[in-house]
Amino acid sequence: MIAPKPDQAPRVDQVGVDERVARFRARSIKKASKVEALNLVLSQIDLTTLEGQDTPGKVRQLCQKAMRLHDSLPDIPHVAAVCVYPMMVAEAKKALGASGIKVASVATSFPSGMAPSDVKLEEIKLAVGLGADEIDMVISRGKFLEGKYQEVFDEIVACKEACGEAHLKVILETGELGALDRVRHASLLAMQAGADFIKTSTGKIQPAATMPVTLVMLQAIRDYYYDTGRMVGMKPAGGISKAKLAIHYLVMLRETLGEAWMSPEWFRFGASSLANDVLMQLQKQRTGIYQSEDYFSKD
Amino acid sequence: MDKTVKAEGRSIDSASPREAQSAAKSARLARAKPPAAIRLGIAKTYKLYINGKFPRTESGRYFTVADAKGNIAANMCRASRKDFREAVLAARAAFSGWAGASAYLRGQILYRVAEMLEARAEQFVAELKLMGVDKRAASREVTATIDCLVYYAGWTDKYQQVFSAVNPVASSHFNFSILEPVGVVSVLAGRENALLGFVEAIAPVIAGGNTAIALASEQNPLCAVSLAEVLHSSDVPAGVINILSGYRKELAEQFASHMDVNAIIANGDDASEIKMIQEQAANNIKRVIIRKKPVAPDPYQIIDVQETKTTWHPIGG
Repeated sequence: MIAPKPDQAPRVDQVGVDERVARFRARSIKKASKVEALNLVLSQIDLTTLEGQDTPGKVRQLCQKAMRLHDSLPDIPHVAAVCVYPMMVAEAKKALGASGIKVASVATSFPSGMAPSDVKLEEIKLAVGLGADEIDMVISRGKFLEGKYQEVFDEIVACKEACGEAHLKVILETGELGALDRVRHASLLAMQAGADFIKTSTGKIQPAATMPVTLVMLQAIRDYYYDTGRMVGMKPAGGISKAKLAIHYLVMLRETLGEAWMSPEWFRFGASSLANDVLMQLQKQRTGIYQSEDYFSKD
Repeated sequence: MDKTVKAEGRSIDSASPREAQSAAKSARLARAKPPAAIRLGIAKTYKLYINGKFPRTESGRYFTVADAKGNIAANMCRASRKDFREAVLAARAAFSGWAGASAYLRGQILYRVAEMLEARAEQFVAELKLMGVDKRAASREVTATIDCLVYYAGWTDKYQQVFSAVNPVASSHFNFSILEPVGVVSVLAGRENALLGFVEAIAPVIAGGNTAIALASEQNPLCAVSLAEVLHSSDVPAGVINILSGYRKELAEQFASHMDVNAIIANGDDASEIKMIQEQAANNIKRVIIRKKPVAPDPYQIIDVQETKTTWHPIGG
């Protein structure tokens, strides 16, 4: 297969995107709709820990949190997945047991992607072998910026093959791509190469996920769906730590891709501290009293 | 001038009475002396003080404060619970920096507030007078306020020595108790002494390293809100003191119930309000300090919003 060229992706109107995003941010979501949105956000979170200092103990603790977010709030969903390094997949898999929470593993020499292709593929196979349900790969931004689109494309295709049954999320690392035109092109390239999800960022580079970048990617997904009939998921990651912002993202999702994407199957938030803020807002809605971080688990 | 002449010239030839009339009018205007310039006073917009900024209330509401003669003195922001929420966020964010600042620095900053207030004393005297305080009492109150600030500025690096302790224990431990600020403190200012009462309520709170959200007296908020300008020019870090104006009935419950507030100081003697505060504060076991009457400055008011930390340090064998 041939990788799409930059001129095969539509140009992005930055001013238009910014204005559209400003509209989403002005929507007022209150009361019952807010509670529903907050619950949906919780169910879409990929609870993430990707630190050099991660230990099996910390991963077990995170899994515990994923399963039981906050005991004094009954009837809240559990998160969608726990996202860890390949070395921690087995630990997470064991800790989550039959809870229905997926294990996502980053791979392909995350976060830089600076490794030979065969090493990347080995890493994916290792993570899948250990039980990962989802693989978050990074594209080679260097090659992409150099114009070697075919190499980037072929790598994603090979990664998809290495995943087997596991879902493949492709991280574009939009903070390093520079322009929205390139984001749009990279989205198209990743989807054509077989990505099940496209994801904004690793969380290690600033800016991470922003609403304009996410909108451009959502539009790419929409157009790809019109062209091919295949639904692709979206995962903004990094920098979304407040419930209010997460709800703005849901508004954007609803108004760009529609109802069909409003589930953990097609939309995820990559976040570590978002869950606590959502829990605080849910508790606020339940009790009418503003909450404090002191009464919610730290990790 | 030229234009008028032209118009006059034309009016002579003109047959139209309307044109003649307007020409005569412009001739009159040209002869009249320009009126003396009238300057409209620029009245201050009293706003909230949150996180070192002066926002209007997010609710867009206001209430009118009358001066002693019953005239409108100002329209004040009628803060909402969301303004309070923002103020708590600011106070929480400012807390670790302020609590971690050296006692000496906190003292210097409080002293700086006193200096700035001294320089603006006239403005505060005028505001007190507007609200019906006579001139001598007003300047006494401003002086007492400055002295109160200097008093607590002095205590910042002394209360720890006076109120901490080395405790005798019956085991081989070195046991000592030191004071730590409780955290974010909400303050409901009393009705009495618009300026002095307000400063007496907040100064011991921040002298001890806490951060504060204070509600100005509903009847008499001018001075408290103007004080924000003094704080703003005194190196008080953003968020350490936040000042709201509004209806006490509406906000007291928020001040008492917010889970991220660690203590509440309520000046006033309304029994039903006190009961409500105690009940709401129980949610997160807030410290409740009720002051039914104004209290003169003393170091115990610093201790009111301090936690005692006791450490057992093993020694010998």
